[in-house]
Amino acid sequence: MRSVWALAATAALSLLAFSTVTFAGEPKQGGILRMYHRDSPGNASIHEGATYSLNVPFMPVFNNLVIYKQDEAQNRMDNIVPELAESWAWVNDNKTLTFKLRQGVKWHDGKPFSSADVKCTFDMLMGKSQQKFRQNPRKSWYDQVNDVSTNGDFEVSFNLKRPQPSLLALLASGYTPVYPCHVSPGDMRTHPIGTGPFKFVEFKANESIKLTRNTDYWRKGRPYLDGIEFTIIPNRSTAILAFVAGKFDMAFPTEVSIPLLKDVKSQAPNAVCVVEPNNVATNIIVNSSAPPFDNIDIRRAMALSLDRKAFISIMFEGQGDVGGTMLPPPNGLWGMPKEMLETIPGYGPDVNANRDEARKLMQKAGYGPDKHLAVKVSTRNIPVYRDPAVILIDQLKSIYIDGELDVVETANWFPKIARKDYMLGLNLTGNAVDDPDQSFYENYSCGSERNYTNYCNKEIEKLFDVQSQETDIAKRKKLVWDIDKKLQEDVARPIIFHARTGSCWQPYVKGVTVMSNSSYNGYRYEDVWMDK
Amino acid sequence: MFAYLVRRLFLMLVTLFGISVVIFFLLRIVPGNIVDILFAAAGYVDPADKANLEKELGIDRPLIVQYWHWISGFLRGDFGYSYVSEKPALQEILPRIPITARLAGLALLFSASIGIPLGVISAVKQGTRLDYALRVVSLSGLSLPSFWLGLLILTASVAMFGQIPIFNPNPQTWLEAFATYAVPAAAVGFRSAALTMRITRSSMLEVLRQDYIRTARAKGASDAAVNYHHALKNAILPVITVIGIEAAFLIGGLIVTETVFNIPGVARFLVEAIRWRDYPIVQNLVMFIAVVVVSANFIVDMLYAVFDPRIRYTD
Repeated sequence: MRSVWALAATAALSLLAFSTVTFAGEPKQGGILRMYHRDSPGNASIHEGATYSLNVPFMPVFNNLVIYKQDEAQNRMDNIVPELAESWAWVNDNKTLTFKLRQGVKWHDGKPFSSADVKCTFDMLMGKSQQKFRQNPRKSWYDQVNDVSTNGDFEVSFNLKRPQPSLLALLASGYTPVYPCHVSPGDMRTHPIGTGPFKFVEFKANESIKLTRNTDYWRKGRPYLDGIEFTIIPNRSTAILAFVAGKFDMAFPTEVSIPLLKDVKSQAPNAVCVVEPNNVATNIIVNSSAPPFDNIDIRRAMALSLDRKAFISIMFEGQGDVGGTMLPPPNGLWGMPKEMLETIPGYGPDVNANRDEARKLMQKAGYGPDKHLAVKVSTRNIPVYRDPAVILIDQLKSIYIDGELDVVETANWFPKIARKDYMLGLNLTGNAVDDPDQSFYENYSCGSERNYTNYCNKEIEKLFDVQSQETDIAKRKKLVWDIDKKLQEDVARPIIFHARTGSCWQPYVKGVTVMSNSSYNGYRYEDVWMDK
Repeated sequence: MFAYLVRRLFLMLVTLFGISVVIFFLLRIVPGNIVDILFAAAGYVDPADKANLEKELGIDRPLIVQYWHWISGFLRGDFGYSYVSEKPALQEILPRIPITARLAGLALLFSASIGIPLGVISAVKQGTRLDYALRVVSLSGLSLPSFWLGLLILTASVAMFGQIPIFNPNPQTWLEAFATYAVPAAAVGFRSAALTMRITRSSMLEVLRQDYIRTARAKGASDAAVNYHHALKNAILPVITVIGIEAAFLIGGLIVTETVFNIPGVARFLVEAIRWRDYPIVQNLVMFIAVVVVSANFIVDMLYAVFDPRIRYTD
């Protein structure tokens, strides 16, 4: 009998404990999330920018047609979920993507959302409407879209020139919100109107950005927070100290560098910090249309001289990834496996052997211990560019290349490399979506505005189209690996490393997920809540 | 005196005109404009889109036309729109002025209220341990960069009190409001205080050796009367000059202090505007600062006459 009572008591206690845990883990409504922002965005219009300084504060204002699941770290095709769309279907031999839209959704100014808004947004992105964006940096994402058509108020179709399965991935990015037809692009830059979980309140340049809860949000029970306040603190030391002092609930995402992470953890041991790749590749751009880098031997020698692990060790205390154009696995979906990567010249583990080979190539091109090649290594005058450029110059010395650092102010950097006014440059390339279409066409296709090296290989270009149309993921992956390998062998734009950075928040902040293969897509914040 | 005032005012206008020309053309000499920066930030360069935006902002027109457009607007009170925020420039600049004015005023107050008395004490106690200690303090004030001092204050505050005295836009009490400005004002004013202390000391030492000081002592005047009434009154002129110059130079120190303490004042705003090549903001803000500096100099000149009856401005 006693044992029965004991069992019952244990069961009751367990139940109580379980229910308490469940209760403690229940999301709570309320509270203002305070976060510092690393800089003052130029405006509030996500479509007119190309930095996640815009996405972080303004993504909560909007909805997409579809979005990557916000509580999973890895962006994948199979975790794209409907948002303003309720469902989607590929029809017409995968040349039409049709969305059924959610009904009863209202813009923050009370006007109803309809298919006309979707058409307006994408017509403007494709440059087909009367109203124009001041800047339209992702116009090329929709190169394969013929037009966007509506069928009633709640159905919209993207009619493609050819199948492009990755269009769905592009539509799921934080860079692809739906804008209201009735608000001009100019007004969207200063006072954005969306359908998202938070309404825009104010943006004081260099000071603060305030969002408040959208009480009329279509997803019932969300968001949990009453609002989000961003204080703009460009000085990183001040910002981190303020976070440590508890002035902020969250540090700006991915803005805590690996060395700073140690400081944060030592001063605020309870802070929750995660380190993830941000899908930004540090790479070398080579002007192959002018001497001396028009000589493939010199380009190959340069690629062979790289000690990628040294870069990662110096800059990130070992926390970085070696890969090709696509972010390497396990976080990246399309990166080459290690075994394949190591077969590419310069990626082999024996750096000395690689450099011996590089020196032979340099001697073949007429350079040696007595005749060094003098080059200017151009880079943008900010630490994330400048620091690896200095390491690169040091490594190039080992193969008779004497580099001289040429720092260029931000305003002049892209115009300079776009007009090919450089010999060798150190550049950073961020990928909004972990998908080959975005990376390959943008950076390597002939004539692309961002193909800074002028690399142009018609054979590879055909393969870009083949992989882009492939619906079988395994087959597409194999094609992507082959393309990526070829790009590295051609020294099109040698990738040095893929960085990792830290994100930190106070322990009472719950429901935050840091994306592990993009830094542009995870800031809807409708599932974030505070346990205090 | 009236003719002198008119002449000074005319010179002020000429100076301001010169400054307007210099700032306008210097800004255009700096490589890159707002359109370059916007497109650089987006990582893409479409010449047609760039040309459209340059036309929209009016920066494709001849420089002389742009200058006339700006300066005529400035004289009419039309300060144009910020290229970045697309809000009226005045609306962007005005709310920031009181913030910086409070900070600068407190820093100057700190500088004068600490620097002058300590300078007098240092001079009166020349060669004593106290004098040496004060000289070390003044030297350290001159050699510690204000950004470093600011960061040191922030780090120490977090480590010792778990609090960080950065800008609080909504202080609940006057004490909080005072603290918001007092700590950064002390950080930026420390250098000025050190300079004021050194100038006061050397000026006082010179005056204290004068015959009339000896006479005053011989007549039995107290130390306080001699030091503060007779000596300081005559030693104060170079100090006023230095404080006047410091008021003008303070803007440089404020840029750093406003950045470190995250104060949304005009100094930091100016740097951001220069970074974005936001011409309407930079031009109008620099003109505003120029007006303040030129006026400060004018006021200092007038103060000479108040403090030294020997100085009379005549035709």
